[in-house]
Amino acid sequence: MDVTKLLSIALGAILINNFILVQFLGCCPFLGVSKKMDTAIGMGFAVIFVMGLASGICYFVNELLVALGLGFMQTVAFILVIAALVQFVEMFLQKMVPSLYEALGVYLPLITTNCAVLGVALLNVQNEYNFIESVVYGVTGGIGFLLAIVLFASIRERLDMVSSPPKCFRGFPIALITAGLMALAFGGFSGLQVW
Amino acid sequence: MNFKKQLKEGLLTQNPVLVQQLGMCSTMAITTSLSNGLGMGVSVTIILALSNIFISLLRKIIPDKIRIAAYVVVIAGFVTMVDLLLQAYLQDIAESLGVFIPLIVVNCIILARAEAFASKNRVLPSAVDGICQGLGYTLVLVVMSVIREFLGSGTFGSGVLNGGEGIRIFPESYGAQMLVLPVGGFLTLGVLIAVVQWMQDRSARKGGK
Repeated sequence: MDVTKLLSIALGAILINNFILVQFLGCCPFLGVSKKMDTAIGMGFAVIFVMGLASGICYFVNELLVALGLGFMQTVAFILVIAALVQFVEMFLQKMVPSLYEALGVYLPLITTNCAVLGVALLNVQNEYNFIESVVYGVTGGIGFLLAIVLFASIRERLDMVSSPPKCFRGFPIALITAGLMALAFGGFSGLQVW
Repeated sequence: MNFKKQLKEGLLTQNPVLVQQLGMCSTMAITTSLSNGLGMGVSVTIILALSNIFISLLRKIIPDKIRIAAYVVVIAGFVTMVDLLLQAYLQDIAESLGVFIPLIVVNCIILARAEAFASKNRVLPSAVDGICQGLGYTLVLVVMSVIREFLGSGTFGSGVLNGGEGIRIFPESYGAQMLVLPVGGFLTLGVLIAVVQWMQDRSARKGGK
């Protein structure tokens, strides 16, 4: 097992090619659920979980599709797998860990349409990762998402308290500009060469 | 038919990106050159119109409980079609848009229109709605890519005009490279939405007087 490769995939997914701030995958929940810290954290962990599971399962689905010569059905198959997976996770949590289910609430079904999840499945195929690399990429991609959304939520909470931007910038535009400045900071990692 | 009203809603008053704030990811990610913006905009418009027509046709057959899954399958089918067509005939665009073509499946605009409009209306208005909303999305993409490309690398219409080179307006080394990077996507869209809010605010005040 090539540990350095796994480490470089992990570091790449968390910092250098952060899913939200560099690759623009998963912006909708990033902007939508980052008003409060608790929900941001809940969403972050749910995304880590689903992204890890989805990349593992989609790896086998893709193997099956390729074996059957149905590579072009990738997108349809992946989105169905993800939708079913999210539904399954929802039912499982509702039964086994009701407290977590309550905390995640409406954000759980919303993960289906989070493009980071479908994105990670497609990128795994594009980068020709094997099973372990895929799962590592999925989980660390989710950790990158958690990092970005938690940082962003803490900035936004403070922003609401202290600042008063011009009227037309209130709400969404100022959030986008804040995210832009964060992306600038994450851009600083892009020169980082690992192993 | 109130085609004019739907067109106005799609382009301005109910613009999917600027007012409804849907489909942010692709808007910010791919608007680095005019050809990308146009390619993405046209693809989404076609998929939106087709999926709206189909979902409107099937609206009485699809059971209410599994409607979201059914919509996603319909949309994914059309996305795959467009993806394969682009790879066959417009390889440059397919390559530069990369993973964002299959990701149109989870573009919230399409699902939102299916849920909010096509599932409640007849075929013709749904088709018109799809085209109008798609045009609104394309408009935003084109405006964003023109701004980012001009300020970032000093060209206009690269990939489309002047044999794919684009028209150079000022030397590349003078451009604010930042705007072609991810930062530029967030900043440009933020400013654009602020401008729209300012205009809405102003017209509301004028109407009030």
